Amino acid sequence: MSEASLYFIQQLVNGLTIGSTYALIAIGYTMVYGIIGMINFAHGEIYMIGAYTALIAITGLATLGVSWLPLILIVALVCAVIVSSAMGWAVERAAYRPVRGRHRLIPLISAIGMSIFLQNYVHLAQGSRNIGFPLMIQGGFDFGGDDTFRGSISYMQMTIFVTTLICMTALSLFISRSRIGRACRAVSQDLGMANLLGIDTNRIIAATFVIGAALAAVAGLLLGMYYGSIDPLFGFIAGLKAFTAAVLGGIGSIPGAMLGGLILGVSESMTSGYISGAYKDVVSFGLLILILLFKPTGLLGKPEVEKI
Amino acid sequence: MLVLEDVHTHYGKIEALHGVSVEVKKGEIVSLIGANGAGKTTLLMTVCGNPQATSGRVILQGRDITRDLTSNIMRSGISIVPEGRRVFSGLTVEENLHMGGFFNTKSEIRKSQEHVYELFPRLKEREHQRAGTMSGGEQQMLAIGRALMSKPNMIILDEPSLGLAPLVIKQIFEIIGKLREEGITVFLVEQNAHQALNLADRGYVLETGRIRLHDTGKNLLANPDVQNAYLGG
Repeated sequence: MSEASLYFIQQLVNGLTIGSTYALIAIGYTMVYGIIGMINFAHGEIYMIGAYTALIAITGLATLGVSWLPLILIVALVCAVIVSSAMGWAVERAAYRPVRGRHRLIPLISAIGMSIFLQNYVHLAQGSRNIGFPLMIQGGFDFGGDDTFRGSISYMQMTIFVTTLICMTALSLFISRSRIGRACRAVSQDLGMANLLGIDTNRIIAATFVIGAALAAVAGLLLGMYYGSIDPLFGFIAGLKAFTAAVLGGIGSIPGAMLGGLILGVSESMTSGYISGAYKDVVSFGLLILILLFKPTGLLGKPEVEKI
Repeated sequence: MLVLEDVHTHYGKIEALHGVSVEVKKGEIVSLIGANGAGKTTLLMTVCGNPQATSGRVILQGRDITRDLTSNIMRSGISIVPEGRRVFSGLTVEENLHMGGFFNTKSEIRKSQEHVYELFPRLKEREHQRAGTMSGGEQQMLAIGRALMSKPNMIILDEPSLGLAPLVIKQIFEIIGKLREEGITVFLVEQNAHQALNLADRGYVLETGRIRLHDTGKNLLANPDVQNAYLGG
């Protein structure tokens, strides 16, 4: 294989890695939007809190002398998912439910307030500086090249792929097959009607916040390990990127969020690889502007058509 | 079965129902007729608790439900076929039916589903089709089927004939008659006054938020005022 094509594959691998985590976070935005038609601006913070919780769990286990990696990872994952899910639930209860049904700006403002509150809470509790995240999964394998350029996939990247794939499959099955998943779809199409069937729509809304938060927590652990450090603003840019991914794919559409995340990740890594790393955010947000101009419903979003 | 006592309902500051009293007895078909904007849908939605009555009482099977949550009311043996059908257009026919039987066990759902398919063989043919792609008549059948899935004692229908072809309307009214034979109490709101009163044991005429007339279906059909106002003279 030529060096140029190796380089391309390497960028593709890097892009898909980042993209799949964007997709995980984007699902939280898209599900909440699909059900209540609002953007959960505190979602990035929920993801950040997931990363911090995972780090605290890892540190705690290390203090206890646990060194078996799979155990550490599973405990960290479970802790992150539980704490973030609780946060997702609390955000809905505190920032959304009391103002639901009011003017659209009001929940928007309360969600941004929630986001600022959570960010500053972590600032106070954990300090503002970067905290190193242990690189627990190291090494990788080379798929070609020589001494000048070596194409490689790290085990960490593979972990990210596999975990994301498992989460996405589980979510798709849950939404398409399970009773609660069916109720989520019904509520997103006609909340009032679902209520008229006796369904406690508040619970379904809370469930979507919790599911989104749990996936964000998984992404938090993965990206914390991938980047090797976290800080209280960790959720801000990732949140914006994931939001972009959700809009790109069509907000409200779960496959759209997955696709949007991958496209965004790949276009960022291609920009970094062929132009300059400094331009990658220009490209992501440029994509957002283009999609809003030319296809505001996103790639897989459909305009609402009702048959009377 | 269902009693409304001097019910007042507001939308914001505007009063839509000015003290309405209606009774639907077990096993009856009761029709409520009235012009556009008379408050028919408001009356039905008040029964469902959305919006709630501002004063007066709503009693369902002996229990005061005036202040209950919609989701609790709709789980106590009553179901609704709302105005405009409101099927879940992105869900398949079968999934829509399953939403109707959300709180029942799997075997109950299977039984109710078969029963609905007997009433509407058309729905079985379309089982795996998305509800939004079906015709208006088929969607109306689905909305009725969905309401039957929870095995209700009473079913409320809001303008089931709206926008449908005469042949389909005839079919829908036949089904409503069948519901009575199965022992389901029916509370029917219609603009199609002739057919609604023909089928009904008793009827109410609602005008601008007040009950104007109340009699048996036959008597209302024969009433000259009703004939002038609602039956085209």
